[in-house]
This record gives sequence, structure tokens and C-alpha cells, in this order.
Amino acid sequence: MTTTSVDEIVPSKSSLTAGQLPRWTPLAVGGGALVVSALVMLLIGFNLPGWIVIAWLLFVPSMFVATRAVEGHQAGVDRLWTVLVYSAFALALLPLVSIVVEVLTQGLPGVVDPGFFTNTMQYATSLTDQQAVEAGTDIKGGILHAVVGSLLVTLAATVISVPIGLLTSIYLVEYGRDGWLSRAIVFFVDVMTGIPSIVAGLFGAALLLTLVGPQDNLMGFTAACALSVLMIPVVVRSTTEMLRVVPNELREASYALGVRKSLTILKVVIPTAISGIASGVTLAIARVIGETAPILVTAGVATRLNANLFSDWMMTLPVFIYRQLQNPTAPAAPGPSLERAWGAALVLIVIVMVLNLASRMIARAFAPKKTGR
Amino acid sequence: MSKSIEAIDLNVYYGDFLAVEGVNVKIEPRTVVAFIGPSGCGKTTFLRTMNRMHEVLPGATVKGQLLLDQENIYGSAVDPVRVRSKVGMVFQRPNPFPTMTIRDNVLAGFRLNGIRMGRKQADEIVERSLKGANLWNEVKDRLDKPGSGLSGGQQQRLCIARTIAVQPEVILMDEPCSALDPISTLAVEDLIGELKEHFTIVIVTHNMQQASRVSDKTAFFNIAGTGKPGRLIEFDYTDKIFSNPTEKATEDYITGRFG
Repeated sequence: MTTTSVDEIVPSKSSLTAGQLPRWTPLAVGGGALVVSALVMLLIGFNLPGWIVIAWLLFVPSMFVATRAVEGHQAGVDRLWTVLVYSAFALALLPLVSIVVEVLTQGLPGVVDPGFFTNTMQYATSLTDQQAVEAGTDIKGGILHAVVGSLLVTLAATVISVPIGLLTSIYLVEYGRDGWLSRAIVFFVDVMTGIPSIVAGLFGAALLLTLVGPQDNLMGFTAACALSVLMIPVVVRSTTEMLRVVPNELREASYALGVRKSLTILKVVIPTAISGIASGVTLAIARVIGETAPILVTAGVATRLNANLFSDWMMTLPVFIYRQLQNPTAPAAPGPSLERAWGAALVLIVIVMVLNLASRMIARAFAPKKTGR
Repeated sequence: MSKSIEAIDLNVYYGDFLAVEGVNVKIEPRTVVAFIGPSGCGKTTFLRTMNRMHEVLPGATVKGQLLLDQENIYGSAVDPVRVRSKVGMVFQRPNPFPTMTIRDNVLAGFRLNGIRMGRKQADEIVERSLKGANLWNEVKDRLDKPGSGLSGGQQQRLCIARTIAVQPEVILMDEPCSALDPISTLAVEDLIGELKEHFTIVIVTHNMQQASRVSDKTAFFNIAGTGKPGRLIEFDYTDKIFSNPTEKATEDYITGRFG
């Protein structure tokens, strides 16, 4: 046995691989299903969705039957579920891919307009838009004011929400101990998660109305207050989870060294959980940066740059998109407005994607080092 | 340094449940005392009362007196944080702080309490503590690497170094070798022999050979049945416990004729 050659060990027909369908079976069956489906389509008139649906309806049972006939019942059922799971995955991916493709194709022309990132809408009038359509001049106007507004309002909302949310979850995890107060907090946080965003906006407007009076309350800071109503529950929930997974052993190790609870939380628990906290906060930011309704009723709309959170109306990207679509700058020639709206949508999606990527990188950068040998 | 510990009529509760009943024991300074007994008999629970770690758990309370050199650590005005800085603890599973380097782990008792010190003093403490834990030669070239990159046995000795760095009077060890291989166990046992020159050591162990190897005195705990409190059955010199115990239950346990 010790001198057996490789060829003898691996015969071309192994007993371990006998009685199996060849690896190309799904491709062959899928191709066959597409062909048959195409023939059916030719009879009743071709359309793409129908072609794919009928091919799929043929593919699923024929894969099951073929596998069951050759490999047995268990393998057939396994194959059926494999196909169904992959189909569900493809179906779930469909809207995402189509959104990305659509926004890219529609948004790119707007993004490459000269001055799209450096101009505001202050000097873009219905006249310039009509000229752009009729005479082919450059489309004026840009999203600078909306980008600045979005970033400022979201930053302010983050500055308000993160301390409140983090301290709440520290109370829940470290001090609350399932008492009535912590159960009440958890309940209300859950309720807050379900608040419609327009209600949050009205809350923000009403809150600042009582503080600074009518008209003065329409400003970026009011929008930030409204957004933090939406953001706090998200921060609380994600950071609570992150603090909970910090092993109790580390807290006890710290206590056993004669370290107070507050310092233990500050220097052991939070640093250990910081990567999860950071990524949770970033996801919460991504969640609120796309809000439209609460900003519309708090910061209003603007065509010029306003970098002061505490006075005057302020534009943000979602509201910019909404305004450009609903009230085109030139009602007779809405083309340029549409182009700007799609461009702004693309910028918004890119910002959210960058935030998501940033949260992953933050999580990796802060994660406790596992190896060091 | 190094103080005696004396428990007087100590009852330990989890909520309403009496877990350990009526412990009276006196542990001399600079000795090693081993707690042995079946699982669930309250060895660890009692150990955790000795540095007030027991009450960290929700609803856990203690009645009775526990004297650290004649001072009751359960006195009404006593701050548990001060007790814990005098009575250090090494846990069953090695638990170095994952966010810290080896060096920072050793200095954790100072760093976490916000105590500032010069570089030279910190280096001295790190070297002294790691040498005291027999770990210096293995890690001296990688003090700035994460502590979690060490092997299990090294991590446990790092935890011991962290504990002795703050110069406690007493060191409590809760089954410190149960997660370690025989060679690392030997390293920790040798270390206990050296540490007892400076510290009072109380060790919980399931390994009776270990108890007989490392300890001067041994306490045998037992439990009458599920739901009943654990009790201290016998406390005597280790030689006597393992050769000629007074109590029948002790003899049954150490000879394996238990239950």
C-alpha cells in the first residue's frame, strides 16, 4: 500500500462521486429552461420579465426532479431549497442593483455639470434653465448649499444624540439592572423607533417655537433637534447591544484591581466596545441623513448658502431633491431641475455608502487586537 | 504587607437564598490556604466575599464579620473599592484587558485609577511585577504587544502580575489553573510558592493534588444537598487533612468515596 501511485488512489470513476449529477447540470437545466421559455414567449409575444419568470418556474421543478431521480430524495430536497434560497437572494438584490444603476445613469450627467459642487441655486433662475434647454448653454446652479446644510444639520444631530444615547445605554447596561426605570426606558426607546419622521419634525418645530418664538424657530438647529429624536433610539439600541457583549470578566477584573465602577465603565467597558459603538453611530447617521419630511418643516428651504445653524432657513440634500422635483426652477423647462435632483440623489447615496464603509473601517481600526505573537 | 483574614459567623446570600452558612475561619499572614470541596458547595462564593466581589452580583449580600487584620471589611463605612485594592483576585479564566498592551495590563491598576507616574517608575513596576509572576523573560521583548496574544498560561501569569503590581495584602485565586495545561499549571504553582513569602494567598481548587502541593492549610467545604447551604466542614494543616482528617465527610471526599 505504501507504494501506490497517485493514479491508483484517484481513479477516474471514484466510488465517492458515483451516482451524482455532473457539476454542469444546473447550467444545462437553466439553459434548457430559458430556451423553452423563449419558445413559449414566441407564441404569446415576447417580454423580458415573463421570459425570466417562466424559465424560473420551469427550472425549479426540473432541477428537483432531475436531482431526485439520480441522487435520491434527500439530495433532491436539498437542491430544491438551495435553488429557492439563491432565488430569494437574487430577488432581494434586484431593487438595490436597480436603484444603484438608475441613480448612476440618471445622476452622472448632473454631477459632471460645471459648478455642480461649487455653486448654490442663488443665481440659477427659470431664465438660465430655459436658456440651457433652448440654447444649450451650461446648466447653472449647484448643490453646495444643500451639501453644507446636510452635513451641518447631521453633525449637530449627532452631537446632540450620541452623548444622550450613549449615556442612556450605559445606564441601561451598567446601572439599571432590569429595574422598573430601565424597563420603562427600553419600552419608550422602542416606541421612539417607530415614530414617523414627520412627527419628529413637528416636535422639533414645536419645541423651538416655545423656546425662541415663531419664525425664529425655522433654522438648521431645529432640524437637528428633530433628527436627534429619530437618531437617539437608534444609537441607544446599537450601543446597548455593544456594551452588553463586553464580557463581565473584564468588569470584574477591573473591580478586583480596586477600580471604581465609573472608571471601569470609562476606561475598560467603553474602550472594549468602542468599535461597535462607532459603527453603530455611523449607521445612525446614515439613517437620518436621508430624512426629508422633518427637515422640510424645521429648516425649510433655501437657495443660497447658509452656514449658520442658529438663524435662517437652510437647505439639505433630501429637501433639495424634493424641491427640484416638485417645484422645478423653470416650470416650462423642468429638464435641468430633474438633472440636478438626480445628481443630488447620487451624491446623497455616495455619502451614505461612504459612511457605511467608514463605519466598517472604524470598527476594524478600533477592534481589540487579537494577535500579537 | 500581608495581613491575616478571619471570618466570624459569615453567612452569604444570593437574594433570599442562603448559599454559604456560618463560616468561621482564621487565615494567617504569609500562608497559602486551599479551599476544596465538590462543585456548588460555596468555595468560590465564599472566596468572593473576601474582597467584596460577591456583592457585585445583583441581590447578593453577606451577613457576619470578615476581619482583615482585625478590621471588619463589612463595616458600615467601609468602601469596597478600598478593600479590593488591598485584596487582589485572580480569576478562573485568564482575563487580560483586550484593548491594552502587556505593559499597560500590568499597570492597569494604576492607569485605570488615573494614577500618573514617571516612565522610570512605571518601567520598574512592570519589570518587578512580571519577574514576580515568572513572565518577564518570555515577554520582555514584546511589552507593547497586546496581552491577548499570549498563550493561556502566559495570560494567567499576566493577570497575576497585574494583581501583584498594586501590592495587595492578600491574593485570592479562583481555580487559577483550571483552564491551563500541566506545564503552565506547574509554572503557576511554583509562582504561588514564591508569592507566599510576601502575600497571604487563598486558592480555590478542584485539584486535590494541587491543594496538597501548594497549600499550608486546607479548608474542606461541603453541601448537604441541592438547595441547602454550603458549610465549612474542616479546616486544618494540609498534611493532616490529606492523611488523617477528623471528619468522615472530608475523608470520603479526599479518598474519592464521595456521596
